[in-house]
Amino acid sequence: MNDDDIRVRVIKTLCEIVPELEPRNLKPAVSLRDQLDIDSMDFLNFLIALHQEFGVDVPESDAGKLGSVDACVDYLAQALRPLAQT
Amino acid sequence: MPRLGADMTAGKLVKWLKRPGERIKRGDIIAIVETDKANVDVESFLEGALEKILVQPGDERLPVGTPLALIRTEAGAEPAAPAAVAAQAAPRVAVPTADAASAMVPPATVAPAAVAPAAVPPRVVPTPVPPAAAGERARISPAARNRALELRIDPATLTGTGPQGRITLADVERAAQAAPANTADTRQLRMREAIASAMARSKREIPHYYLACTIDLGRALAWLAERNAGRAVTGRLIYAVLLIKAAALALREVPELNGFWIDNRARQSEAIHAGIAISLRGGGLVAPALHHADRQSLDDLMRGFQDLVKRARAWSLKSSEVSDPTVTITSLGERGVESVFGIITPPQLALVGFGTPLERPWVVGGQVAVRPLITATLSGDHRATDGHRGALYLAAVDRLLQQPEEL
Amino acid sequence: MAKMTYREAVRDAMREAMRADPRVFLMGEDVGKYGGAFAVSHGLLEEFGPTRIRDTPLSESTFVGAGIGAALGGMRPIVEVMTINFSLLALDQIVNNAATLRHMSGGQFGVPLLVRMATGGGRQLAAQHSHSLEGWYAHIPGIKVVTPATVADARGLLLAALKQADPVMMFEHATLYPLEGESEDGTIMEIGRAALRRRGKDVSLIAYGGALGKTERAAAQLAQLGIDAEVIDLRSLRPLDTEMILASVTRTHRAVIVEEAWKTGGFAAEVCARIMEGAFDALDAPVARVCGAEVPMPYAQALEQAALPQPESIVKAVQGLF
Repeated sequence: MNDDDIRVRVIKTLCEIVPELEPRNLKPAVSLRDQLDIDSMDFLNFLIALHQEFGVDVPESDAGKLGSVDACVDYLAQALRPLAQT
Repeated sequence: MPRLGADMTAGKLVKWLKRPGERIKRGDIIAIVETDKANVDVESFLEGALEKILVQPGDERLPVGTPLALIRTEAGAEPAAPAAVAAQAAPRVAVPTADAASAMVPPATVAPAAVAPAAVPPRVVPTPVPPAAAGERARISPAARNRALELRIDPATLTGTGPQGRITLADVERAAQAAPANTADTRQLRMREAIASAMARSKREIPHYYLACTIDLGRALAWLAERNAGRAVTGRLIYAVLLIKAAALALREVPELNGFWIDNRARQSEAIHAGIAISLRGGGLVAPALHHADRQSLDDLMRGFQDLVKRARAWSLKSSEVSDPTVTITSLGERGVESVFGIITPPQLALVGFGTPLERPWVVGGQVAVRPLITATLSGDHRATDGHRGALYLAAVDRLLQQPEEL
Repeated sequence: MAKMTYREAVRDAMREAMRADPRVFLMGEDVGKYGGAFAVSHGLLEEFGPTRIRDTPLSESTFVGAGIGAALGGMRPIVEVMTINFSLLALDQIVNNAATLRHMSGGQFGVPLLVRMATGGGRQLAAQHSHSLEGWYAHIPGIKVVTPATVADARGLLLAALKQADPVMMFEHATLYPLEGESEDGTIMEIGRAALRRRGKDVSLIAYGGALGKTERAAAQLAQLGIDAEVIDLRSLRPLDTEMILASVTRTHRAVIVEEAWKTGGFAAEVCARIMEGAFDALDAPVARVCGAEVPMPYAQALEQAALPQPESIVKAVQGLF
């Protein structure tokens, strides 16, 4: 899975949490919380959806590292790499 | 058309989920209805078979009380069915006239058997639920009513700006001009109007009193962090769930805050169904019920809450969730607001509010310490309760939050 | 067209009628030597002499009855009653005789009688000289009731009344006599037509007689408040121009009726009912009434003014509809 695949699936996951999201208006570097007016419940749901999508369980201490689309892609790419290698 | 919330006067039938002839159990979802606030799954409270569909899905806004379908119940299963009818044929009952308080559901009336000869099956005549809440007819001028009819605008969606809130010609014309083309906007507009009407009614009719109390959330948050640390993302709790549980449990101690104001008196509800205010992105909010919030475990509450938020934001709620809340809980957390003095959702008796937990100096055991503090507020209906009972309630919420492991 | 007062217009109209028709004559208390209690007939005795300008005893029943007799006998009498409160003494003659004889004679006898009188308050004449009972007369089939509110109407409606084959009651609001205005010559008005005094789109103000001027002033104030009021002058209470009222309310969707008489059972209630019957679907607000306070007319000026509709109370009533 390359970064572009991850990006597509992150955005798809985000769309499940924020149904009215227009993907082309999404700014990848800007904080999701500010951009999409999501709260902690939405964010937790997003983490759960990512878990289902990618099989990656984000520890609570890492939650802050998934603030934007770019950050999610980076984090997931990191997390998925050892999986892919083993 | 069931009333799915005190402020609902009409709804659109979106879809049938059962076909004629199909068996229906109590609680089965039989149709989807679009209200001003959401798409709602309509649950049957009757057992039987779907005999006949009376209304096809469409864009028409059907007043509350409009029969949607006939359900043939098992003979004798329907308490309102008189013997004369049951002996001849299974009674036919019009589909639900569910209401905020089940006590308000009128018994189905039955046409006298004498005028129904053998050739004509006895018919149960549905009793429509009056459209406006609390038996009040909406104030609308004749001219406005006629114009609304011409423009195909449902007067129930309008907010009156005339004397005594009367809907006037100008209100109809304004609504016609504002009527947006796409449904998302229409939905937003409708929701805004529904909120406007419910909140205006609340402020008009309910003499609110407001109480606030600062609660040290330190123990609760520490307990929560420890508990979440060892858990996978799917098993974590958010602190709002602790607040909901504590707010619900405290209502057991001050039950007169839980229920409805109907016909000039308070009617306490035994069940505690917490209406959770959920804001929708782009504006508007709903407050669907977490049923029996006082009796659920934190994990169950969390799952229920998650599910509710997801479906609320996808405009897909169940009828019982929309119509059942006996109290409303709102948390304006996360954006730094310290306290919220909410407006009671009529005909409920109280609204509990929570601000954002903020770290502040606080005196603990004679020493100033930095603690996460949250402001809990209560908006009470002064017709039903007084400030003293309200104060006891907030004190109970505080006490419960000091023992998170007991929640 | 000539500029003159309301008083002069009534006088000129009577003079014109008497010059044109020898059957026309005037009788009433003090109409001759004294020139009329409100100086309306001042100078007529000199021109027409005591047979056509007849002073009568203080007995309303007698001289109104005599007028009915004269009308039956082929004359065209004008009977002046000093004020509307005194006309109650002649009520039997008016209601039981003047109004009924055509009907009771199977159409053989008409009573072409004009009864004029002053009505209304505002002149500190207290509770026996100041009421507005014209609505009572409007209740009676068989008579026509006109209420001129302008100089032109005072003349036009008086001349029109003298052309009628049946009795007409003409009510002259006592505060209008000094009112100045243009009088149109030679026009004969039709009794039963209201006049649109001001065009507006937001609310119909319906008034007659002494209330018209106050209503027009209220409309001017309302214009400054952004409310565009239409003003209708009924001119005739019976027959009533229902058509114009309904057409106006259908355009404006709101109506306020202004009347000096008491609200309970007053003529405003009749107008209100006609609007409900004929324009219910056009209404955007309940029909409102601004009427006199339900007390015998006070003597003290401040109290009397407080008991009467005023531009301010009309404005307030209109604002209550929005």
